[in-house]
Amino acid sequence: MTPNAETALAEDTQAPVGPDGTRVRLRAEGVRLGYGERVVVDDLDLDVLQGTVTAVIGPNGCGKSTLLRALGRLLRPTRGHVLLDGRKIDEMPTKQVATVLGLLPQAPTAPEGLTVGDLVARGRHPHQAWYRQWSGDDEEAVAEALAWTGISDLAERPVDELSGGQRQRAWISMALAQGTDLLLLDEPTTFLDLAHQVEVLELVERLHEERGRTVVMVLHDLNLAARYADRLVAMKAGRIVAQGEPADVITEPLLREVFGLEAKVITDPVAGTPLVVPVGTR
Amino acid sequence: MAAPTRPTLDPAAREVLERVPGRRPFRRGRVSGVWRPRNVLVLVVSLVVLVLAVALNVGRGEFPIGIPDVLATLVGGGDPSQRFIILELRLPRSLTGLLVGGALAVSGAIMQSIARNPLASPDIIGITWGASAAAVTLIVLGGAGLVGALAAVGLPIAALVGGLVAAIVIYGLAWRKGIQGFRLVLVGIGINTMLVAVVNWLLIVAQVYEAARATVWINGSLNARGWEHVVPVGIALLILVPAALVLSFVMGALQYGDDTARGLGVRVDRSRSLLLLVAVVLAGVATASAGPIAFVALVSPQIAQRLVGSSRPPIGASLVIGAALTVIADLVARTAFGGVELPVGVVTAVLGAPYLLYLLVTQGREARA
Amino acid sequence: MTVGSAPVVPTAGGRGRARSKRSLRRRRLIGLGALLVLLVLAVLASIAFGTKVIPLSHVWSALVAPTGTEDDIVIRSLRVPRTVLGVLVGIALGLAGALIQGHTRNPLADPGLLGVNMGAAFFVVVGIYVFGVTTLFGYVWFAFAGAMVASVAVFLLGSAGGRGGPTPVSLALAGAALSFLLSGLVSAIILIDTDTLDAYRFWNVGSLAGRDTAVAGQVVWFIVIGVLIALATAPALNTLSLGEDVARSLGQSVRRTRVLGIVAITLLAGGATAACGPIGFVGLVVPHVVRAFTGPDYRWLLPASGLLGAVLLLTADVVGRLVARPGELQVGIVLALIGAPFFIALVRRRKLVTI
Repeated sequence: MTPNAETALAEDTQAPVGPDGTRVRLRAEGVRLGYGERVVVDDLDLDVLQGTVTAVIGPNGCGKSTLLRALGRLLRPTRGHVLLDGRKIDEMPTKQVATVLGLLPQAPTAPEGLTVGDLVARGRHPHQAWYRQWSGDDEEAVAEALAWTGISDLAERPVDELSGGQRQRAWISMALAQGTDLLLLDEPTTFLDLAHQVEVLELVERLHEERGRTVVMVLHDLNLAARYADRLVAMKAGRIVAQGEPADVITEPLLREVFGLEAKVITDPVAGTPLVVPVGTR
Repeated sequence: MAAPTRPTLDPAAREVLERVPGRRPFRRGRVSGVWRPRNVLVLVVSLVVLVLAVALNVGRGEFPIGIPDVLATLVGGGDPSQRFIILELRLPRSLTGLLVGGALAVSGAIMQSIARNPLASPDIIGITWGASAAAVTLIVLGGAGLVGALAAVGLPIAALVGGLVAAIVIYGLAWRKGIQGFRLVLVGIGINTMLVAVVNWLLIVAQVYEAARATVWINGSLNARGWEHVVPVGIALLILVPAALVLSFVMGALQYGDDTARGLGVRVDRSRSLLLLVAVVLAGVATASAGPIAFVALVSPQIAQRLVGSSRPPIGASLVIGAALTVIADLVARTAFGGVELPVGVVTAVLGAPYLLYLLVTQGREARA
Repeated sequence: MTVGSAPVVPTAGGRGRARSKRSLRRRRLIGLGALLVLLVLAVLASIAFGTKVIPLSHVWSALVAPTGTEDDIVIRSLRVPRTVLGVLVGIALGLAGALIQGHTRNPLADPGLLGVNMGAAFFVVVGIYVFGVTTLFGYVWFAFAGAMVASVAVFLLGSAGGRGGPTPVSLALAGAALSFLLSGLVSAIILIDTDTLDAYRFWNVGSLAGRDTAVAGQVVWFIVIGVLIALATAPALNTLSLGEDVARSLGQSVRRTRVLGIVAITLLAGGATAACGPIGFVGLVVPHVVRAFTGPDYRWLLPASGLLGAVLLLTADVVGRLVARPGELQVGIVLALIGAPFFIALVRRRKLVTI
């Protein structure tokens, strides 16, 4: 752990505690979010508990990504607050936040001709200064992040030459190199085929199980969300409709209410999680 | 709590390499960076070219002086007449060209990086024309009273203010939930058109004598530039280039788009405003000294980037290449057309525009591939 | 749409559509009528107002019963020809703009932005410098050729390597780049040769002033033929606006429509530029304004664009005469000052997609 992250965590004596005694890492308190005049999310509360993988689901335009952006201090709430370890995230120095919380925007863009090594190394930015751009710690963290995502041998390849799955792993690798124990991923599986979607989500699962990372991600695929997340947050029109364990959230009435979808929910024969089989839209 | 940055090796993970390929470290105490030999090579070679270009430019003219004599004079030798011609007449002109070219190139490198678009250079999006419009306004409306000290002090300041105002207007108009490169470029082209119209109108309103002065000015000329032109650009470069080098650390993160940069802990709006300010002041000062010399700001960073093989224009190499380019263009403008001396801006435009077209064609191809 | 409500919807929609169709038609007719009235007003203003103040009664007598006074000469030999030329050129530029935007499906397309102006300027300078041409009459052919070469070059460069044709951005940039290059060359030539500079200045002002009837007579046929081709291809443009693939699957010859389109654009924009020098932004602004009441149907859009083009050009010309007395402001400058903010507003408002 880097000194920065350590102090950031040690300071938060007032970090709130969830119902079962688990620490609340991120908390949204009555937030209103929007762009200009348009309000997308209003009066929303959410707790993200230490060591969980939370998936936010909901129909297009329900405010999932907006919520995630607010949790990652990319969007400032017009009302209410986002708390990181009990402190208002907007009042913390953004560089300090970056040592605790990493995020991967939806469809991030890399400059043309950039190599994978340089991309992943950029994740060390919060730990660097203009005169200290490639310390021993940086190099170790980057080498490990590359190894973790299995792209060490691609380090010298330009990012724009990679396949979709490789590229997504490179970006996740960058977020890893940042060395934060909180990760926000906005639709990390977009544009990937099923095998690559599973590959990326397995990576997330390993991060959680082996590294104890806390992950919040926006996902479109309900079945994958149910399998790889241990908490689901279902949103509709800027409100949270249901949250909890996948089996409690993915129900036939909820699918009807949130997605307007007639579906049967059966048990996934592989993972034992709920599996949605669509019947049709009403 | 298991949230380490450097945890024990995951057994399933592949072997962790000692080093990251392609990023050889350079470390001295607390200072560290990535050692990129190609950058250094490019910098050294272009410096040599620059020195030769200056020597050649200083040597050529009505009284030709050989390169050895020029170099000797520059280090303190040479006979008195040579010293006068070189040190009082020709060297200031070359130095102005060198500094102006360098300033424009650094300005272009910064703007291209933050807009993530090679076309967002100060000479395309109307910043140099903002400076020109202000200067021409002063020349025309200030009238005959504008001579001597007032002209020497007022004109550069007016140009600087004009460039800044144009930049603020363009940035403001292009801002919609963040800056998008192409929107910045197109808004800039629009503003540029208006500024050109304003300048044309001023040229019509003006008295003949002032119109002539203004015409020479807006073509970007190094003619009759003395030490008084060298000093302001020199000072600006001395202050702003180190600032740009320090800020370029943030620029690396800004290239990834606003969300990623914020996620990495960059104060995006503040950093970008600061960088933009540096770029605009550099372009404004350069334009104030020599008029809007076309395309140096666009082309030099692009050449530097391709030579170095990086993903964004390198500041140092851009500076030297921009300086060399301007001095060479001045040499051509002075000596290639017999008795007629063209403004240096005409030469850079005719050389630079085809490159811009090439850039568009290849960029389009890549974007669609 | 739910299955249960399906039977109800078509009739309701059908009735609604019929009503909206009628009101659209009425709106278009009113719009066209208003444009005609505005054009008449602009023509009258262009004849009545100028650098020289002439009382309206004298204007009237000059038109109906000329007696050979100085005022009569000013009106009959300067203002009337100038107004006629303005109407012609305005129609040409407005139509050319609508055509270019239609063919490129590009909201930012404009003859000026596509390098037509600098192309014409460059050829005129070459004509003066190399071939010693010195009359406006002679420039017309060079300007015409230059406009044509430049517009084709920009179109090709803008779509280089592309599959789906040029994008708004690539066209605008290719136009800007070519204009930069040509203006550099023009500067080089006129700075080397002062005689060329002297002759070129008079062409380059982008103005309706000082063009006699001979110039109008020379370009009128280009413009008339251009207008006819443009109007004839309107239905084909409607199909083409759904995309080339759809147009082709509807059995249209896309290539023929395109070639006719480029011919018409060149005739119109080239003719206008040849007569008046570089005038930008009419073609950009007009179709957007007109679209507000005609909708996307080119059978209405094209004629309305022509009319509004004439109104805009004449109005700008009159404004230019009035604001800078005793001199006058060239109409090209007035239009750049009006048009550029419009362009910026457009860039800001739209997501830069094809129309």
